[in-house]
Amino acid sequence: MNDQEFLEYVQSGGQVEATDELPDDYRAKLIKFIEMHGNSELMGVLPEREWILRAPTLQRKLALTAKVQDEVGHSQLIYRVVEDLGKPREQCLDDLISGKSKFHNVFHYPTKTWGDVGVIAWLVDAAAIISQKALLKCSYAPYARIMKKICWEESFHILHGRDVILTLMNGTGDQRELVQEAVTRWWGPLMQFHGNPIAKEEDPMYVWRIKSQGNEEARQQFLDGYVPQIWELGLTVPDPKLRKSGDGVWEYSEPDWDELRHVVTGHGPKTEERLDFRRMARENSAWVRQALLADAA
Amino acid sequence: MFRQERKGQPLQHAGSVEAANDHFADVYAREQYGRRGESTALWVVPRSAVIEIDDFVDELNRNYHRVDGYPLKEKLKEARERAGTEADPGDR
Amino acid sequence: MNELEQKLILEIADDELVLGWRDSEWTGIAPMLEEDVAFSSIAQNEIGHARALYELVARELGTTADELAFDRSPDEYRCAPIVELRLLDWAQTIARHYLYEEADAIRLERLKRSDDPEIAGLAAKIDREEAYHRIHAQMWFDRLQGEPRFAAALAELRPQAAVLLDSELRGAHTPELPELWNEMTMVRRSQPAGTKW
Repeated sequence: MNDQEFLEYVQSGGQVEATDELPDDYRAKLIKFIEMHGNSELMGVLPEREWILRAPTLQRKLALTAKVQDEVGHSQLIYRVVEDLGKPREQCLDDLISGKSKFHNVFHYPTKTWGDVGVIAWLVDAAAIISQKALLKCSYAPYARIMKKICWEESFHILHGRDVILTLMNGTGDQRELVQEAVTRWWGPLMQFHGNPIAKEEDPMYVWRIKSQGNEEARQQFLDGYVPQIWELGLTVPDPKLRKSGDGVWEYSEPDWDELRHVVTGHGPKTEERLDFRRMARENSAWVRQALLADAA
Repeated sequence: MFRQERKGQPLQHAGSVEAANDHFADVYAREQYGRRGESTALWVVPRSAVIEIDDFVDELNRNYHRVDGYPLKEKLKEARERAGTEADPGDR
Repeated sequence: MNELEQKLILEIADDELVLGWRDSEWTGIAPMLEEDVAFSSIAQNEIGHARALYELVARELGTTADELAFDRSPDEYRCAPIVELRLLDWAQTIARHYLYEEADAIRLERLKRSDDPEIAGLAAKIDREEAYHRIHAQMWFDRLQGEPRFAAALAELRPQAAVLLDSELRGAHTPELPELWNEMTMVRRSQPAGTKW
């Protein structure tokens, strides 16, 4: 298959395996996309990890630990896919902590309260699962296959998130306030999450059928699924323009694309602190990996 | 012997062959599972290399790993009542 | 369940709770991703064991597992100092894990012989999960035993492991316990007792 034939093959729904011959550009795009996904799972651990120690009941403690554990597990699965494409995990981790590679915008922000923990599990994971479900049909089959397990596990995170939120909303005035504050705080990053609304035909990730939907399509799906859930709890969203038009399309104020660019290029409120933390954890345990490697050799 | 029927699908266990070494195993697997073009790929793995795990202990009911760990229905009803929003009977 | 048994069950539950809390600090930052997932399950198991043990005692006392786990003051906990230590070093963590599992196996064997069928039954259940922890601890022990820092950690922590098997030695706590307690009850204490979370 030459590159043009390959393109037509994936665009007609064809899938390829790790051992197939892949066009260089396709391989490079795959690595970039999948690596960023792996990075995001791994960095997504940090905002929630802080709250594992503060979970207010045993059941919440277990569920939150399990959620963070799932995310680490996802990054493990995802980095293995990247490794098969030719980029070793250690190099991915090096590039992550040196700031060379990126991770999703939402993981650059602080988690200020237990309300944030609920909103992350409920709404951030909901936004993420929409992107991830669109990867179930990825043209690169090994990636599509692991997405099945990932999406299945993410669905538990949303349940956990909803359970936390509903419990808070049925609780004291302070608890309800925690939720409203968190929704308000996360709304901007959530609206930026799926990226700017470029036409999908111009999005190389769509052209190669790495993802199967455009950015705006994903955002509309998120709004359609979750705004009614937010409203029915008596919560409000900090966007006076948000409404569903007669033709079923959600209208909203223009998200702050400058903020998105600024944040994902490594200038988010928590970017540096979290990368430093990762770097430190990695340096402190380097001897363990070396001990195991020496043993395997 | 693991085979993949079509591109994109997972490789699934399909059977086994007896062979003197890897070369024989390659040839025999190819013949047994590929001669009619019924596979797009085969993985041939010595049985001794397979680690089997079939005990998954859950003595203390880890329901937070399952759907039944999150009883949302009653909570949602209460939250809707507090918000004064209509309960939609078709919704969970 | 007599008072002595209650006390013993609470000691073990407190050990499992605090160790589980400490082990969960590794979730997200363990030396390898695969190990991260494995060690996180161990942390969850320990907390699950604590919960089941608290539930046994809670029924007798007319309280709940959560109240026992969170709503006592730090000096009321009966855990051994070794589980309280904040050890964000893998050699020390594995040394404690190994020593703890060693002691826990002995303790569970005793509990399995209890006259109280509920205690014996629960101990048997817990032991089936701990068997996996022991395999995990042994596997790391075998891998790290040639590492000087692991040998040093074992030597340093071994004397403290004795407390796990002796009620008489319990009662003293490290300064790390109130620090941990502060953090683990921070959200819960922010609202009146009885608030649902």
